[in-house]
Amino acid sequence: MTPSSGDTAWVLTSAALVLLMTPGLALFYGGMVRAKSVLNMMMMSFGALGLISVLWVLYGYSLSFGNDAGGGLVGNFDFVGLKGLMSAAPLGGVAGESAGIPPLAFVGFQAVFAIITVALISGAIADRAKFSAWMVFAGVWATVVYFPVAHWVFAFDGYTGEVGGWIANDLKAIDFAGGTAVHINAGAAGLALALVLGKRIGFGKEAMRPHNLTLVMIGAGLLWFGWFGFNAGSALGAGNTAAVAWINTMAATAAASLAWLATEKIRDGHATSLGAASGVVAGLVAITPACSSVNAVGAIIVGAVAGVLCALAVALKFKWGYDDSLDVVGVHLVGGIAGTLLIGVLATKDAPAGVDGLLYGGGVDQLWRQAVAAGAVLVFSFVLAYVIGTIIDKTMGFRIPDDAEVTGIDLTTHAESAYELGSVSGSGFHTGAGVGTAKERVDA
Amino acid sequence: MKLITAVIKPFKLDDVKSALESFGVHGITVTEASGYGRQKGHTEVYRGAEYTVDLVPKVRVEVLVDDADSDDVIEVITKSAQTGRIGDGKVWSTPVDTVVRVRTGERGVDAL
Repeated sequence: MTPSSGDTAWVLTSAALVLLMTPGLALFYGGMVRAKSVLNMMMMSFGALGLISVLWVLYGYSLSFGNDAGGGLVGNFDFVGLKGLMSAAPLGGVAGESAGIPPLAFVGFQAVFAIITVALISGAIADRAKFSAWMVFAGVWATVVYFPVAHWVFAFDGYTGEVGGWIANDLKAIDFAGGTAVHINAGAAGLALALVLGKRIGFGKEAMRPHNLTLVMIGAGLLWFGWFGFNAGSALGAGNTAAVAWINTMAATAAASLAWLATEKIRDGHATSLGAASGVVAGLVAITPACSSVNAVGAIIVGAVAGVLCALAVALKFKWGYDDSLDVVGVHLVGGIAGTLLIGVLATKDAPAGVDGLLYGGGVDQLWRQAVAAGAVLVFSFVLAYVIGTIIDKTMGFRIPDDAEVTGIDLTTHAESAYELGSVSGSGFHTGAGVGTAKERVDA
Repeated sequence: MKLITAVIKPFKLDDVKSALESFGVHGITVTEASGYGRQKGHTEVYRGAEYTVDLVPKVRVEVLVDDADSDDVIEVITKSAQTGRIGDGKVWSTPVDTVVRVRTGERGVDAL
């Protein structure tokens, strides 16, 4: 059977939109750190783009979407190296409606989810993580946490394999585009790493102001743009479900941005640009799991609740003393939990998911399923990220030396500066590249 | 000879520059500076975290003048940099032993 050209076009386009979210995230995060560490911040995202893409092709897709290896916990090795998928039958064809999409379109779409989930974690460890240690963590965490969790949540029985994951098929929690698998997952891992690495020098004492809020705004804009692929693309076809997800994504995001601004205005006296951008992301996070199961008014409520909650949650790190530098916990963990649980309250049978939540007379049946899914992913990711992070810290070391951190990680780790700010630099050019390390050449 | 140094509000630089030109000063040196006096800094809020920023941007203007012009130049700068509000800055003079024009080697008042 030939795949549906419309569905295929939409899924491939969505995959490219989601890929753009990771460079968008690099801008969003990069603008929020100080000028001396913006390149390292962006490099953690670009490092994930490189590494996770390769792992996904080699075995990641297979662990996530291979036929279940047991208990709905992880896929098998059927698709290692994407074996056999170039000429396989289309996925998800519905007789008379759609002939489905080529398996490789689905492989590509899911690849970019894996990449951005890993990249999201990096916001918790700004300014201080060894790049080599980050890359090791990214590969190991993707392998033992993300790939299995994607199987739990995204692998439906009979789509890519005969048997899929336990959250999707047995628990039947609704997570349309990744509130649990992406945001709770990354948020919990971020919290674990922030605890393993400890605070930045001067955290809570000296000003760590965002060095470029215009980059943050551009990044938030690219994330919002790409997120239409993330959510509406998760329909895996160009039909009504995609349109519902699109509108809900717009409505929730707008409401969350307004809600964050209102919270700030009341609490701090100013509506800030960083608040507008952060509210956008909080709303996108919260509507991600819910965009197929609520109506547009429900989406506004999801966004507004997330905007207020996340604006309040970002203060917790100072209260409790963990340095989640760019609020991966406050925005992604809290927003992810809010969106995942609110499905149990605001879901309506009118929406494509076809389930009634508490408010629509569905009782607490869906709500407890949502809570179990959120809790399971949170605990699994937090514990394993903590263990992986600790092992890396004890063996190769996860932090750069104190003097390197104070000087700036861009210069000390990557031998680069993001900005040439002064004309008097005493710089010179020599063709010594390759002779010794950059640091030795700088010292010489 | 005297070195007149003025630390002023950045937006008054153009006024000071043209006032000095009209007075007949041929050259000045301008540097971006930061600091505070009685004005102190300001407060910024990022995701609810309040930061106090002690140092505010200023511009430092330096002029080399003959002893006889010193008081007048200070007067010119003071008038042109004044807004009457807190944070207008300071002007002071310091004695200078030697001045040399690098291009010609002229010394003293000839080098001004």
